[in-house]
Amino acid sequence: MDRATLQALNAARAGRRAAVVFTDLETDRSVLCVEGERCADEWIDAMTAALRSGKPGMIMAGGRSLFLNVYLPPPRILVVGAVHISQALARMAAIAGFDLTILDPRTAFATAERFSGVELIAEWPEDVLTARPLDRFTAVVAVTHDPKIDDEPIRAALTAGCFYVGALGSRKTHASRVERLRRLGVSDDALAQIKAPIGLDIGAASPAEIAVAILAEIIEALRRRHILSGSEAHR
Amino acid sequence: MQALVDTLDPLAVAEAWVGEGRQVAIATVIETWGSAPRPVGSHLVIDGAGNFEGSVSGGCVEGAVISEAADILETGKAKILEFGVADETAWRVGLSCGGRIRVLVERVDG
Repeated sequence: MDRATLQALNAARAGRRAAVVFTDLETDRSVLCVEGERCADEWIDAMTAALRSGKPGMIMAGGRSLFLNVYLPPPRILVVGAVHISQALARMAAIAGFDLTILDPRTAFATAERFSGVELIAEWPEDVLTARPLDRFTAVVAVTHDPKIDDEPIRAALTAGCFYVGALGSRKTHASRVERLRRLGVSDDALAQIKAPIGLDIGAASPAEIAVAILAEIIEALRRRHILSGSEAHR
Repeated sequence: MQALVDTLDPLAVAEAWVGEGRQVAIATVIETWGSAPRPVGSHLVIDGAGNFEGSVSGGCVEGAVISEAADILETGKAKILEFGVADETAWRVGLSCGGRIRVLVERVDG
């Protein structure tokens, strides 16, 4: 791989664009194709298949043996609530390879000082989610404890088929949340997808421990999801 | 925190190293058979001084890849390395997990 290809590949990855690199094992020449950019006709079929499957591997093309590597954007975590748990979760999610955004309209909480190096949006979820809709590759973590802030992103996440939707709060808090969302027209099947109380049950106590429990639950939801139905395999 | 993220991203490290004028090799798992510790597509990057980031196995064969990389950095000729089950008679280094992997090692040029 030459330097220009490496730089272009890293730029595509940083911009959350899918990319494929073809390496000819005879000549060691590499070709980069980035989703949404021009790509030579001879590579288009293999690239399309690779982006659909997400699987790298050896292919034969034009009598040549090629290695094809696939670089898909990492799944994203949207954290609603710039709270103590979110500070720990933001650091851990970066290590685990997730992109992460913090969303909280309360400017006292959503400060750059508390969330250095993290994408931070100090606006109301309904405004942000109109401009930047959720998708299946996003996990939504609602941790403000405030229905005015949490409810709408939870509803939007269930509608968008986000691979994970978790909400902080006791069973009692969650029961009243379910009631509110049901009144907004959310189906019982969708409501059953919400992870609450949030996080795997490992007896987490401190904010950082709760962040571990949440991140582990997100990873489980990502790795065990049904690709076709979008729901979880072990449900 | 950005620095921490970067060290976990071998290709970002490779680009930064090249930018500092270091010689850099990229090792990539291109095929696996059986129980392999790291999936196809995984990267390990190595500089001329033997510094490295990333992995192509669980630490079993990295040493061998790093020493091969020194040659590749010198000649510029890419190589495919193959590692199998750790067995003193058959392999100098190998994978204790019982799998087999092929690793492409290439120099970043230009």
